[in-house]
Amino acid sequence: MIENRPGLHLAAHLLLIFGVCVVALPVWVAFVASTHGPTAFMSGTIPMWPGPHLVENYSRMLDSGLSTSGTPAVGHMMMNSLIMAMCIAVGKIVISVTSAFAIVYFRFPFRGLAFWCIFVTLMLPVEVRIVPTFQVVADLGMLNSYAGLTIPLIASATATFLFRQVFLTIPDELTEAARIDGAGPMKFFRDILLPLSRTNIAALFVILFIYGWNQYLWPLLITTSADYYTIVAGIRRMADAVDGLPQWHLVMATAMLAMIPPVLVVIFMQRLFVKGLVETEK
Amino acid sequence: MASITLHNLGKLYAGGSRAVGDVNLDIADGEFIVLVGPSGCGKSTLLRMVAGLEEISEGEVRIGDRVVNKLEPAERDIAMVFQNYALYPHMSVRQNLAYGLKNRGTPKAEIERRVNEAAEILQIGPFLDRKPRALSGGQRQRVAMGRAIVREPAAFLFDEPLSNLDAKLRVAMRLEIKQLQKRLATTSIYVTHDQLEAMTLADRLVVLNGGKVEQIGTPLEVYRRPASAFVAGFIGSPAMNLIDSRAVPHLPGTAHAGMVGIRPEDLTLAPDGPIEMQVLAIEELGAQRLVHGTTGGEKLTIALPPEGSIPDSLRLSYRPDALHLFDRKTGKRIN
Amino acid sequence: MKRTIFNSQLLPWLLLAPQLAITFIFFLWPAAQAIRQSFLRQDAFGIRTTFVGFENFQRLLNSPEYLNSLQVTAVFAVSVTLLSMGFALILAVAVDRMIRSSRIYTTALVWPYAVAPAVAGILWWFIFNPTVGIMPYVLGQLGYNWNHISNPGDAMTLVVIASAWKQISYNFLFFLAGLQAIPNSLREAAAIDGAGPVRRFFDITFPLLSPTTFFLLVVNIVYAMFDTFAVIDTTTRGGPAQATNILVYKVYFDGFVGQNMGSSAAQSVFLMLIVTVLTVIQFRFIEKKVAY
Repeated sequence: MIENRPGLHLAAHLLLIFGVCVVALPVWVAFVASTHGPTAFMSGTIPMWPGPHLVENYSRMLDSGLSTSGTPAVGHMMMNSLIMAMCIAVGKIVISVTSAFAIVYFRFPFRGLAFWCIFVTLMLPVEVRIVPTFQVVADLGMLNSYAGLTIPLIASATATFLFRQVFLTIPDELTEAARIDGAGPMKFFRDILLPLSRTNIAALFVILFIYGWNQYLWPLLITTSADYYTIVAGIRRMADAVDGLPQWHLVMATAMLAMIPPVLVVIFMQRLFVKGLVETEK
Repeated sequence: MASITLHNLGKLYAGGSRAVGDVNLDIADGEFIVLVGPSGCGKSTLLRMVAGLEEISEGEVRIGDRVVNKLEPAERDIAMVFQNYALYPHMSVRQNLAYGLKNRGTPKAEIERRVNEAAEILQIGPFLDRKPRALSGGQRQRVAMGRAIVREPAAFLFDEPLSNLDAKLRVAMRLEIKQLQKRLATTSIYVTHDQLEAMTLADRLVVLNGGKVEQIGTPLEVYRRPASAFVAGFIGSPAMNLIDSRAVPHLPGTAHAGMVGIRPEDLTLAPDGPIEMQVLAIEELGAQRLVHGTTGGEKLTIALPPEGSIPDSLRLSYRPDALHLFDRKTGKRIN
Repeated sequence: MKRTIFNSQLLPWLLLAPQLAITFIFFLWPAAQAIRQSFLRQDAFGIRTTFVGFENFQRLLNSPEYLNSLQVTAVFAVSVTLLSMGFALILAVAVDRMIRSSRIYTTALVWPYAVAPAVAGILWWFIFNPTVGIMPYVLGQLGYNWNHISNPGDAMTLVVIASAWKQISYNFLFFLAGLQAIPNSLREAAAIDGAGPVRRFFDITFPLLSPTTFFLLVVNIVYAMFDTFAVIDTTTRGGPAQATNILVYKVYFDGFVGQNMGSSAAQSVFLMLIVTVLTVIQFRFIEKKVAY
């Protein structure tokens, strides 16, 4: 810093510690709640420190879930969430990277039109056209399937633009050297382009995994069979039942389980996460 | 190995602008040709048409006895060294060298043999398992050459391969390229904007200007008898003096010419010489002394041995055969 | 624009096929359906459909519920944006001062990005739950009787806090990046010119941060308008008395629960127009960001 003002510095630290606490508060409260028994909330005083039922609550939810709410075991829902997040992340990356390759490295009729078709999807988020999109998926018989959960969500203008940007920074000479070395388009794509984009792919994967895992409205509509419930959408069904019979400790355990995988991804891949976040906004 | 023939070669862009026009050139097997000219003269476009990286809009290119106009770069049996090296950053040096051979389905043992042989020639053996990013500029340059050598192609194409190196390394690499080309005897086309590089490397020079060939010849031919005022000014350092003949009406034999050219090193001090020069500045180069001044309002530079002191006014003389005369309008040589 | 291109007419279409197919089937076709349906009306039994022109739009604009929803959305979006950006900016300025500890603070502040909006809704709903929540207890001690189930103001406060909380990490990261991109020499020059820390912030830092601020404004408004469906659905469900019924929630509710296709489709078309405007603003701005 420019001048040495210990007072100001201390104030900044205090401010940050306060900020971190505010940000962490809801998760702490949820964590505490998830470690108590069902009676802890009846007494009228809210516990502020963890109780003794952590293992019991979590293992119960993972293995059998809350039968009264009609949701399956949380472990099963987490598996569905994982499948959905992986399919969406991988699917978006695959179709975007090939689209960007076609748009950047080829000249063909209606190239501009194809580009605009992809661009327009930016202006059509699923929440906005939810009813007719649901209709299409229902007509195609894709309700209650992993395909229905994932495929309608994997078109991505953002990812296509990201890869387009990456490809545009790759020097022309590299492509020319590859052509002279006898590499056709697909060989160039596999041997040169993909390896050179791998950190961008990894960064994007982190963002898209979180995006896929956190989907709510779409799985809520598409899945009516408990077999396909994802954890984020399943929580609401669980909370619905709670209104009648408060099982807060179990709902909060589920909420913790729902946020742990993506939060761990952000914490342990922070560098890739930040890169992905900044790049997708370019 | 093969000869290369360019026949009426031209490049027109979609907008109608012309990059290269009407180039005819016969390159003998094993010859080292340098295309030289200022930036934008079309030399790189010409090279890229030979490589197959730029579509040929007029004329034809033959490599050996094949017309290659419609062939992919990989099918033309050429290798290219790029200005920025264009090494694959994610591959080791070994993989960089082997990639072209692998794509051609060369047997593993043969790839191994050729890579090791090229590594030996270029002394890059110790770096074979490093990534390009871990190499210095000179080492990258060698790897780029190695990638061309392993292919054992009919021709090498060099696109300003030394311009990213510092001055000292450039001189050293220039010599190495020359020796290597002599040793392998592979037909080579080399593009540069540096006339010194062109002079020292070439068996024959092709001087280009505005997409047209100004002159083709050995370095000495081009130096001694430049075919146009452009070539005269471009080749040779310090550059040839080009003077409007009206400024020196007293010089014999120049009356009908528009421009008179004389090299700084062809002018000598002579107390009764026909040219009088007012000195403006002196540059000491160590081996030589450049004296800049004017005569009859025209700029003049002379190269003298670095001895004695220089007065404000000099009288100069020259051998009659050292004069180059050019037409004022066309710039073509007329003597 | 690339100089080197591959000569193939078929291959690029094969490469584009999956993306284009999904775009057509799940984006363009439903959007076209929404536009078509916005001009139609079904009778009460869903048997007959008639073309009604702009009647659905007219009804929408004359409906007090929709106008209320527009107003609610505006209040909600502005509140979420200001709360989240303000909080994030203060934290980013503080972290920007730190040298050794900035990484730890950053990690401690970015993880809420990964929490699903639905989970964020559940968490805050629990904290503010009138019977077992901690906040109503604290507020009760202060003499305020919190009840978001019956009090519209409380309900709005709840959804704003839950939505803003989730967005703090995002704003924080972009503000921090923006702050770190400002050359230190500028602030040093201002310090030599006698400007204290507060003055420096308002005279130097904040103006230079304006591209980031503007960009975040647009992104946050988009977030608040379209990505907070889950927060609403897990907390107030638009209630009480429509107090938190934002536009995206209303589209869903009228379409799926109310089964009013014509009205829902007209709402979809309005929303598409809004996103289009916001997208255009965003792209215009990004060109500027490059030039700054």
